[in-house]
Amino acid sequence: MKYVKPNKKSHRARVDRKKTRTLTLLTLPALILLLLFNYLPIFGLAYAFKDYRYDKGFWGSDWVGFENFEFFFQSSDAFTVTRNTILYNVIFIASTLIGAVIFAVILNEITSRKAVKFYQNVMFFPYFLSYAVVAFIVYAFLNVDYGVLNSLLGEKVNWYAEQQYWPFIIPLVNFWKNVGYNTIVIYASLIGIDSSYYEAAAVDGATRFQVIRHVMLPLLRPMVIMLGLIMVGKIFYGDFGLFYMVPQNAGILYPVTDVIDTYVYRCLRALGDVGMSTAVGLYQSVVGFILVVIANKITKKYSEESALF
Amino acid sequence: MVENKKKKFRTQTILNIIMILFTIACIYPILLMISVSITDSDAIYEYGYSIIPRNINFLAYEYIFKNPSSLISGYLVTIIVSFLGGAFSLIVTAMIAYPLSRPDYKYRRPVNFIVFFTMLFNGGMVPTYMVVTNVLGLKDNIFALILPYAAMAWNILLLRSFFNGVPNDIIEAARIDGAGEIHTFVKIVLPLSKPGLASVGFLIVLRYWNDWWLSMLYITDTSKQSMQYKLYTLMKGIEELAKDASVSGSMSVIDFPSESARMAMAFLSIAPLLVLFPFFQKYLVKGITLGAVKG
Repeated sequence: MKYVKPNKKSHRARVDRKKTRTLTLLTLPALILLLLFNYLPIFGLAYAFKDYRYDKGFWGSDWVGFENFEFFFQSSDAFTVTRNTILYNVIFIASTLIGAVIFAVILNEITSRKAVKFYQNVMFFPYFLSYAVVAFIVYAFLNVDYGVLNSLLGEKVNWYAEQQYWPFIIPLVNFWKNVGYNTIVIYASLIGIDSSYYEAAAVDGATRFQVIRHVMLPLLRPMVIMLGLIMVGKIFYGDFGLFYMVPQNAGILYPVTDVIDTYVYRCLRALGDVGMSTAVGLYQSVVGFILVVIANKITKKYSEESALF
Repeated sequence: MVENKKKKFRTQTILNIIMILFTIACIYPILLMISVSITDSDAIYEYGYSIIPRNINFLAYEYIFKNPSSLISGYLVTIIVSFLGGAFSLIVTAMIAYPLSRPDYKYRRPVNFIVFFTMLFNGGMVPTYMVVTNVLGLKDNIFALILPYAAMAWNILLLRSFFNGVPNDIIEAARIDGAGEIHTFVKIVLPLSKPGLASVGFLIVLRYWNDWWLSMLYITDTSKQSMQYKLYTLMKGIEELAKDASVSGSMSVIDFPSESARMAMAFLSIAPLLVLFPFFQKYLVKGITLGAVKG
């Protein structure tokens, strides 16, 4: 028997209110930070429709409608940076996911636990280097006079001035930096596969390859789709460092290294054009948002559990 | 049977060789960096960069440490930002993650949405820049290196899923014992989530440690720039370091081992990470996978 307070209901309500208040209080610091650094800038998107002047400020500058957008889309840069952003990211997503699945399956086939542990520990190290450091590493390979690559080739290729190589260098650097991390994520879901699947396959006399093809890969699909989805979400917030620091911001390489992010940055820094750079940034955010929503919808159709929202 | 065993051995060998090549590809560049940093300048001029250091000397490090002003200030900024900022960020992140992990929190859904939405859409670089510099007035302020990353949606959601792992029975039991919400959070949930805190904490510190973006945007005063950004500026202006050294009168500009100094700087910027890495390794794998599963 429990002791029941006569005014149990109102007491409960009071306790609940207090609980809600305490919990809400805990959320406040982070909410304020999000408000300042994530939500307040969304209002700042109004710059895209203004002819911003420092002396007039945010409220005083004149509205110009879509002029900033027109200016951007009439330039040849619009096509170049959009194409670069999309093509590079398609390559990044495909190469990283395919590579990670292959390496994860190989890891899973290796019987020595010790060896697996070692590979696992080493391979995600590149993921934790900043692009400032990666830029130095790439420089060690590509330096004209002393670089490893030129020593190997016995030639004097000026890598930082030759456009034709960068469509390969950039995806390669991205692959090097990210594939290990993704391998570990996929490997973790691979070892999570219920052993009864394997037993059933063994009873059916399946070969190892058949097990991989018909048991592992289908079971990995939701995870791979989800990782892909996350990468799609990041397309339009690209790895600035990869496109800015690794090619050392070399002007001659812009046609093949310039993406929307780097373009916006230069627009702001070199031209000081707040209106236009905001407009380009808004274009980026909106297209990115639409892409994620579409990708998520498609995902939902095929594999409900890997959808993000 | 024997045939089978042989085949198995062969497959294992091939698979291991593939993985060994892959791991070499992962660490070779880092070893190259270290090797160049201790190679004698003349050897570099003659043979180029090489994974095997020739005529080993530590001249580059001597130069850097003899006149450390630029390195030290970068290190100092990065350490302050990483650890003070990191602690602040972890506290703020944990504080919001906890209510979000509680199914009985009344505003869980709206708060969750406010957090999640920032992953889908944001104002972008320029409006954020204007807010930080004009509205908040943080230009050239060290807080500009901390606050923008203090509450990140991804970390909040990651920590939330760790908190979700705390059995509800324990929280209920604490409540029946009359423990308040704060008490339950600090004394029960946090200690039970140590692996989660370690893993998210490491990710937070790492983000601050590796950051050059905020310095590039908001800090023009070179004494307040983070190490990673300094590193980038040194890529082009390694001569700056040489000038520093010659001003202090210790060495002449001509002798300055610019090639190896570059790599020595890069190595010094990741050395502390190399030391910390093994301690957080096991939490990281756990954190990464949990984050990906429940993200």
